[in-house]
Amino acid sequence: MSNSKILANGVDVYYGSKQALFGISMDIKEKEVTALIGPSGCGKSTFLRCINRMNDLIEICKVSGSIKVDNEEIISSSTDVVSLRSKIGMVFQKPNPFPKSIFDNVAYGPTIHGLVESKNDLEEIVHSSLKKAGLFNEVKDRLNEPGTSLSGGQQQRLCIARAIAVNPEIILMDEPCSALDPIATAIIEELIDELRLNYTIVIVTHSMQQAARVSQKTSFFHLGELIETGDTKKIFTNPDNSKTQDYITGRFG
Amino acid sequence: MNNSVAKEKIVSLRKKRSLEDMRFKYYGFTAMCLSLAVLVFLLYTIFSKGYTAFQKTIVLLEVDYNQEVLKLTPDSSDEEMEKGKFFRVKKQAIENFFPDLSKSDIKLVKKLFSINVDKEIKDYFLDNPEVINTKQQIWVTAHSDVDQLLKGNSRRDVPEDRRKLNDIQLSYVDQLVEENRVKQVFNNFFFTKADSRHPEIAGVAGSFMGSLFTLFTVFILSFPIAIGASVYLEEFAPKNRITELIEVNISNLAAVPSIVFGLLGLGVLLNVFGLPRSTPLVGGSVLALMTLPTIIIACRASLKAVPPSIKEGALAVGATKTQAVFHHVVPLALPGTLTGTIIGLAQALGETAPLIMIGMIAFIPNIPTGLTEPSAALPVQIYLWVESAERGFQEKSAAAIMVILIFLFMMNAIAVFLRNRFERKW
Amino acid sequence: MFFWSLVLIAVGIFSSFIYGRSRIKLNSKKQGTKSKSLPNYYAQYVLMWCLFPALIVYFSWAIFQEQIIQNIVISNFEFIEGAAYNEGLLLAEIRNVANNPSFADGKSIEIINAASHYSSLRQISQISFYLSIIIIMLLGALYASRKLKPEFHAQHTIERYIQYILIFCSSVAIFTTIGIVFSLIFESLRFFAEVSIFEFLFSTEWYPFIPIREGQTAAEGSFGAVPIFAGTFLVMGVAMCVAAPLGLLTAIYLAEYASQRVRKIVKPLLEILAGIPTIVYGFFAFVSVAPFVKAFGQSIGIDASPTSALAAGMVMGVMIIPFISSLSDDVINSVPQSLREGSFGIGANKAETIKKVILPAALPGIVGAFLLAISRAIGETMIVVVAAGTAPNLTGNPFENVTTVTVQIVVALIGDQEFDNPRTLSAFALGLVLFVITLFLNIIALQIVKRYRERYE
Repeated sequence: MSNSKILANGVDVYYGSKQALFGISMDIKEKEVTALIGPSGCGKSTFLRCINRMNDLIEICKVSGSIKVDNEEIISSSTDVVSLRSKIGMVFQKPNPFPKSIFDNVAYGPTIHGLVESKNDLEEIVHSSLKKAGLFNEVKDRLNEPGTSLSGGQQQRLCIARAIAVNPEIILMDEPCSALDPIATAIIEELIDELRLNYTIVIVTHSMQQAARVSQKTSFFHLGELIETGDTKKIFTNPDNSKTQDYITGRFG
Repeated sequence: MNNSVAKEKIVSLRKKRSLEDMRFKYYGFTAMCLSLAVLVFLLYTIFSKGYTAFQKTIVLLEVDYNQEVLKLTPDSSDEEMEKGKFFRVKKQAIENFFPDLSKSDIKLVKKLFSINVDKEIKDYFLDNPEVINTKQQIWVTAHSDVDQLLKGNSRRDVPEDRRKLNDIQLSYVDQLVEENRVKQVFNNFFFTKADSRHPEIAGVAGSFMGSLFTLFTVFILSFPIAIGASVYLEEFAPKNRITELIEVNISNLAAVPSIVFGLLGLGVLLNVFGLPRSTPLVGGSVLALMTLPTIIIACRASLKAVPPSIKEGALAVGATKTQAVFHHVVPLALPGTLTGTIIGLAQALGETAPLIMIGMIAFIPNIPTGLTEPSAALPVQIYLWVESAERGFQEKSAAAIMVILIFLFMMNAIAVFLRNRFERKW
Repeated sequence: MFFWSLVLIAVGIFSSFIYGRSRIKLNSKKQGTKSKSLPNYYAQYVLMWCLFPALIVYFSWAIFQEQIIQNIVISNFEFIEGAAYNEGLLLAEIRNVANNPSFADGKSIEIINAASHYSSLRQISQISFYLSIIIIMLLGALYASRKLKPEFHAQHTIERYIQYILIFCSSVAIFTTIGIVFSLIFESLRFFAEVSIFEFLFSTEWYPFIPIREGQTAAEGSFGAVPIFAGTFLVMGVAMCVAAPLGLLTAIYLAEYASQRVRKIVKPLLEILAGIPTIVYGFFAFVSVAPFVKAFGQSIGIDASPTSALAAGMVMGVMIIPFISSLSDDVINSVPQSLREGSFGIGANKAETIKKVILPAALPGIVGAFLLAISRAIGETMIVVVAAGTAPNLTGNPFENVTTVTVQIVVALIGDQEFDNPRTLSAFALGLVLFVITLFLNIIALQIVKRYRERYE
């Protein structure tokens, strides 16, 4: 029985006066892939961004309720957001490598967190992160080239490498494949399967097939509410809630 | 019947209206062409009045370096040679310039030569001490009146009392031309010498260095402060009244007339702080305050243009806001900021009024070597030369304008090049 | 002295950085815990505590040294009973003798004594300056190094200091404005203590020649600024007569008729007009336009002076064409297409659409552009100094020479400046008027343009 990594309880999110999330309570286990699915605008990205406090960047956004990571409350003013974000990595919908070299992209995180003592250590971390992200062999001869010179799929894997380099325990992925072609998507999905052996992964996805392929647990969101959550197999073959049933059979969304 | 009259009216009205349409377009086109034509005419005027300044007139002078006259010997030491009586040598050379000159004639001949000739005779000797006791034919600088006459800038056909050179002197000049003892060469003085009371040896070297030092000061002061202010206002400032006040202040400062900044420099920097007058340090400080809004506006625009996804990526990796801004956002905004800075510096280069207020208008006959030495600046030098009564300065002021315009052109070209090369289309 | 001390400070902060970095590494090892921030942040912390106190010392000396020394020298000066002294000239003499001992010939013994006093004070000042810098850098580094414990989160503190620096940079603009307002008002008040405000604003005699040095004879000055204001408005009027039609028509042509290619070429060319230094325009006005105006005036029987409001005004007009054409072009372009389509749909031709629909719609923006151009024209100095003249003249005839506010400010301050003489102070009073009027115009212009934008966006 794996442990709770992320425990959400009664999370409400407001954008100004408009409520976007209604009392979300969820239990995300460690070293598993949990998929968040639902039609556009249902709040799944919003919930994802609560976990690493990225919603702080939006001024009118207010988050209330409780989210505990490793049993520590993170929605509180005393939380050290910076170190939280080094424990939780994020990969965005549109790949956003820094306009620096491939090497520097991955090296940035470890450098500012002081994870390395020497140049050799830094090189090791960069190489191993790129290997874990399945990108090393393709770029090992051109680590000095800018990260933006890679293809879309490679850029996204670079972003994954960048997130891994700071040694997080959780990786959040916000529709990571929606800007990629099917082959690149397949590569990333394979990668996710390998990563879950070492990291807890929460992935927001528009594609139910992807959720079915990649995740062990799935949560279905609709209009800001968490309708149903459970084993992926069950959600996709025999869901409890009729709304879930309607969504996965394509009645809406 | 009525119908056809009405139809005619409509047709003629329509014709009138389309004529009016064409006329209106023509007015606009003419206005545009007229504006451009004035620009062309202005540049032409400057060029035509200034190109003669790049030539100087020199006269062939026979100098007898007789050691008796010089009171030197072939074995004189360097120190002794410095003290040789060169003015006597010059006096002799002038007396022998033409055959059979009367005393009054000699006075007239003397006025054909530049005051710099004394130095030129001396320098020739010091460079070649072996010419002692020989007669040498040296080319020396002519007086500005001769120079302007031969360039065609002053007229011969006015009555004698309205001319600088009288009839006798004119005949001398004509004689020199016939005998090929006068010619025009490239005027190196213009680029190597500082200001002078004598137009033929006046140059822009002093004011150019003054402008250089001033611009350096402007850059050092305004660039970091402008970036600091822009970063704060764009990335960190809370949206409250104080921030609004700062932003209003900056846009107001951009519209204050330059002479008011000069008064600020005079009233505060010179009076209250007692900083040294007429120096690039103070001039640069005043101009830096004027240039700040320009750079701030350019920097803020560049910061705004950096996509937020870059900052988000940095934050997601666990960077603090300060780290994300300074490691990622600011470097990407630098090209745009530099472009704006160069444009701001180009504007500062041409500013005159504030520099006059803080005293960079004194007559400085030497080339400055530091920020705290009194100096003039190029635009102020131009002003002084324009206001000068001597005709010889007019071509100099036009030539100095050409120098300034070339620099402005280069700076703007660099700015445009930078913008095209480094601007990212996000 | 001020250059070498900078070198000294640079050496100081460099060593403090190295010291800080090695110290924190040492402390971390000793305590066995990892420091909360990266070592460079601790080094930066020590550096800041070394640098900023040193800079405070540096600037205090730079700003106040001369004043203080001068005050001491003057207060110890052996004034001769009954003789009149001009403090400014006295100080200049003393400084000259102190800097060039050869100038001492012929000067009174009091001056020579004062000069040697001055020199010795400067030496003392220099020594104590260097000592202060070294001591304060050491003290700062010492204070900072006591905080070099691994629990101390240097990065947070450094980032807070950076915020302070950024806030300071932002407030430079405010300081500048305060400086401008303060110096203008302060000196103007001193002016108005001697010249009544009514005379200044309403009298028509501007004759500011009050004796500055002893022995100068002159009549009592009068400071009626009306001819000056009149001159400013006359030149500005001529300028707008040139710039308004040319600028507006050009803008209309570029916005509505010209092809993209023409726009791409012409717009930058017009911008060049704005970038040419005003002294160049002054030269042009003086050399080409003014003689032309004089000849033209004479040909139609008017006695034109060699420098005239017309010459200066016309050239100034050319200079502000880009202000009007650029801004009006933007404004006209932002009139929504739907208005044009409505007009064409009824069968109006282009000229009628422009004149009857677009221009009225764009009017507030154009008025704003005009106001900004006027503000620029009023504040312009060099063209008028060179081409319009310096003699105040209350007239409406543009062929005569007039003077403007800006010119008088320059004239009042060239040459001897005595800061308790109304002639010098008049510059500040005029400057205050100029500042207020241009500020006013700019605020109104921006408000109009803002409200116009709100209407259409």
